[in-house]
Formats: sequence, C-alpha cells, structure tokens
Amino acid sequence: MTRYALFAVLGIMALAAPFHVYPILLMTILCFVVFAASFNLLLGYAGLLCFGHAMFFGTAAYIAGWLLKNTAITIELAFVVSALAMAVLGYLVGVISARRGGIQFAMITFAIAQFIYFLLLRAPFTGGEDGMQNIPRSALFGFIDVSRSFTLYYLILALTVLAIAAVYRIVHSPFGEVLRAIRDNEARVDSLGFNPVQFKILAITLSAGLAGLAGAMKASVFQIATLHDVSWHVSGTIIFMTLLGGLGTLAGPVVGAALVVVLHDYLAHFGEWALIIQGCVFLAVIMFMRQGIVGAAKALYRRVFVRA
Amino acid sequence: MFDHITIQLLMGQLLIGLINGSFYAMLALGLAIIFGLMHVVNFAHGALYMLGAFVALILLNTFGVPYWGALVIAPLVVGAFGIAMERLILKPIQELDHLYSLLATFAAVLIIEGLMRLQFGASGLPYRSPMPGGVNLGFMFLPWYRGWVLVFSLIVCVAVWYLIEKTKLGAYLRAANERSEIVESFGINVPLMKSLTYGLGVALAALGGVLAAPIYQVSPSMGSNLMIVIFAVVVIGGMGSIIGAILTGYLIGIVEGLTKVFYPEGSHLAIFVIMILALILRPQGLFSAAEKSR
Repeated sequence: MTRYALFAVLGIMALAAPFHVYPILLMTILCFVVFAASFNLLLGYAGLLCFGHAMFFGTAAYIAGWLLKNTAITIELAFVVSALAMAVLGYLVGVISARRGGIQFAMITFAIAQFIYFLLLRAPFTGGEDGMQNIPRSALFGFIDVSRSFTLYYLILALTVLAIAAVYRIVHSPFGEVLRAIRDNEARVDSLGFNPVQFKILAITLSAGLAGLAGAMKASVFQIATLHDVSWHVSGTIIFMTLLGGLGTLAGPVVGAALVVVLHDYLAHFGEWALIIQGCVFLAVIMFMRQGIVGAAKALYRRVFVRA
Repeated sequence: MFDHITIQLLMGQLLIGLINGSFYAMLALGLAIIFGLMHVVNFAHGALYMLGAFVALILLNTFGVPYWGALVIAPLVVGAFGIAMERLILKPIQELDHLYSLLATFAAVLIIEGLMRLQFGASGLPYRSPMPGGVNLGFMFLPWYRGWVLVFSLIVCVAVWYLIEKTKLGAYLRAANERSEIVESFGINVPLMKSLTYGLGVALAALGGVLAAPIYQVSPSMGSNLMIVIFAVVVIGGMGSIIGAILTGYLIGIVEGLTKVFYPEGSHLAIFVIMILALILRPQGLFSAAEKSR
C-alpha cells in the first residue's frame, strides 16, 4: 500500500514539476533516466559492462535530428525509428562481442564505440565538430504542438514512464530471470540448455534500443546533436550515474541520473574541478558504496523497519 | 589510382607506422602484463603514460635534468606512484568482480587528467628533441631520434618479455598472481609481488611517455587518445598474451601507416576494422592459441 502511495506522490510531483523548475533541466534528467535504465538493464541484470553505451545514445540523436530536419516525419515516429535503428546496431555489436564475456566485453564495446565516433566525425551529415544544429520539434502525431519546452516535457515524461515500465517488464519476465542467472553462473545456464550468447545478444539489442530512445529524446530537447554525445566521456558518465544510484535496482538509475545531472548543473562554473570531483565521487562509490544510494537506502530500511 | 605513391611517401609512412607501433607495443605490453598476471584492466595506463611525459618535461624545465636522466627517473617516479595506486585503490577491491578494478582505474583517469589540465592547461607543450638532425638514407630521411626510439623500444619489449617468461623473478610474479595461496606458503611475499607487477607495467607506460615527449606534444589528453588504440591492440592480440601484445602493437602501427598511403580517409578506422574482423574470425585472439588458455 505504501508503494502505491509513493507512486502517487511521485506522479503528482512529476506532473507539477515544470511549473516550478526549468523544463529543460527536468527533461535532461528524464533523458538520462532512460539512458541509465538501459545501461542498468545490461550491467545490473545481465552483468555486461558496456563501456561504449554512448554510441547508441549519440548516434540516435543524429538519426532523430536528421529525420526531423530533412523529412516531414512526426516526432514520435522519429523516436521510434531511431530506437529501432539502435536496436539493430546493438544486435550487430552483440554478435561481435557477446562471445567474449566479462572484462573483454567492456574493452570491445569501448573500441567499437570509438569506431562509431570516428565514422560520425567523417560522415557528411553530422556537421563534424560543429554538430547538427536547429533540430525542429515536429508536431506529435502531426497535430499536437510540442515546440514549447513546457508541452514537450509531458511527452518526454510519458515516454520515460513507458521506458521504465518496459525495463520492469523485461526484468521480471522469464527472460530477465535467465539474464540474472547468466550473470550469476553462466556455465550452469549453459548446462541447463539455454544458449547464454543468444540471451546476451537479445539483452544488448533491447538495451541499445532504449538508449537510442534516450538519445532521440535528447536531440529534440536540446535541438542539437553533437559528437560529445558519442564520446567516451558520456559512456563514463552513464556508468557513474547507474553505479551511484544503485546497480540492479529499478529506482537506481532515476536517482543516479537526477543527482548527476543536477551536480553537473551546479559544477558547470567550476570547469575542470567538475570532472575531478566526479572522479573522486566515482572512486568513493566503487571503494565504499558499491550498492549505490538506492541499495544503501534499501539495506537501511530493512535494518530499521523489518527487524523491529 | 595510386599514382601519387612514391617510395619516399611509402617509406616515410612506414617509418611513422613503426614509430607509432613501438608505442602501441610498449603500452600494450604493460597492459597485457597487468591483465595477464593480476586480471586488472588498467584503464589508467594512458594517463600514466601521460604522467611519464609530464615528469620528463618538469624535470627538464624546472630541475634542468636532461632527457637521458628523465629516461631513468620518470619511470621510477611514476612506477612508485603506480604502486601507491595499487595499494590504495586496487588491493582493497581485488577479491571483487574485475569490472570494479576497471571502473576504479577509470575514475583515477578522470582525477589525474583533470588535475593535470588544471595545472598545465589543455594544449600541447613542446619537448626539445635530445638528438637533433638525422641521416639521409637515399630513399628517405631518418631523424636520429626516431631511429633511437625504434631500436630502444624493441630492446625494452624483448627485455621485458624475457624478464617475465624466462627469469626467476618473472616466475615468482606469474606464480604469485596465479596461485597466491601456494606461493605464499613457500614464504614469498605475495602482496609485494602484485605491487611489483603493477609497478612494472606502469613504469613501462611512463617510459613510453618519456620516449613520446620529443615526438608528440606533451598534453593531458595524450594518454586517453592512445588508450583507445591500445585497447583494440590488446583485444586483437588476445588478452594477457605478452608476445601477442608486442607483435600486434607493431603490426597495427604498420597497417595504420600503410592505410595513410593507400586510403588516407580510413587511417583512423583501420584499427577498428581489423579488431572487428579479428573478433569475428578468431574470437579467442590472434596469438592466444600459443599461450595457455584461461
């Protein structure tokens, strides 16, 4: 019962938020919530550390941007096409890299992401170092105007809720059960007749699609797509967000993304110190608080309430 | 279509490829030692290479220590820094999933690079070449310093391979990381061996940094740019294979140089195309069959 009350409070807060807070900041948080949730699906549940997740995020931003700029496509279709394209890319990445597990998967995805980075740097439609600018916010379904940030916020919010619900469904399905089993004991899953590589490839495909949705949303929010979105800095940031929030928890990515986006916003004036502080917090989380904020809060809740 | 290719262009790019390959080989070697022995993917390898170059620069500009002094001092200083890192950051998490040591060294990169940018700015700083001039070989001009880098790095690679694979200390290092309980029962100080392993790998990175200082500009981001290639090299060569890391390093350098001659637009991409092909055709790594499998 408390859970539903919590959801209701959160829902009202989310609906009322743009009246009090700058909508662009809120939408940035939501884009990164979806992005972090997609990353968490891979690392938190399947145990796969994708060190190049920005390739899906950044490439989707370019695809959505190109579609919105050069075709008469409606905004929701641009999102769907970008997400599907990234699912295809994710499938290819999975086919190449899923056979090599654990730590090698991280290095391979890191290198593939860099490959994509160089490709996009060279590609004629990305605008090179300048990025793709003035991406329009085309009407939703062709007739609902979302060009104002205030209205766009509600579309982004709805998509975020859908994305989180999708992750919840995936994680709590038999498929999600197998993923967790692979994370905990791959050899045993193999011996039970499941093919771990195929499950991993599907997990990467799904995660890449979600990351693509996040990137496409981001392109419509900021109305630009840049190479920075594909860079390893963003891949690192998304790992930081997910770990800080809490790996393998549904609320973790939400908390982590919100905290880090707000942190970046505050530290923007400090220039170089922002990265240094982020590195220190990152290191502290890895050394001392690997369960993340949500994980720590859950443990505390259990200690205080369940035992009493 | 290849009318523009002269012997000078070909040899010149081949030389650049070999020079780059020397650095790839030295860095991949250190990374392979640290991974093969400790199972740590040292993301900070590039940052420590950058520190090596900066130590050489500071030694020259502030203390007047010439290049040849820096060649000895910088690896020792950065190696000591690496050992401190191993004790403070890696040792407490060595029992956990190896992903955490990768992430911890990644966080260290953010801190190290950030601090260096704060201190020295983002742009590249020049380091005077200790061996100006060169020799005309008839078909190409070979600067003395580049010749020195080629020869010296090859000697270093062979020496380190010999140290790890053929000497008693190398056997201790490998055994201490492979079967630590048994080795410990023989009275060998295992934590010391692990620190030495990491220190050795890091010192190699720093040595590479000193060698690179007169060729490339010394800048805080010089390491992370190189790191990306090194990761690909290690993946192609087979993780933890020492000989594979060295050979693949040189191979990739040469291929990159040749791509610049025949298809300049693709020179950045060549390495990654090779990596993807290698992963599809030989998923276990090019050189891993000869090594013991893990």
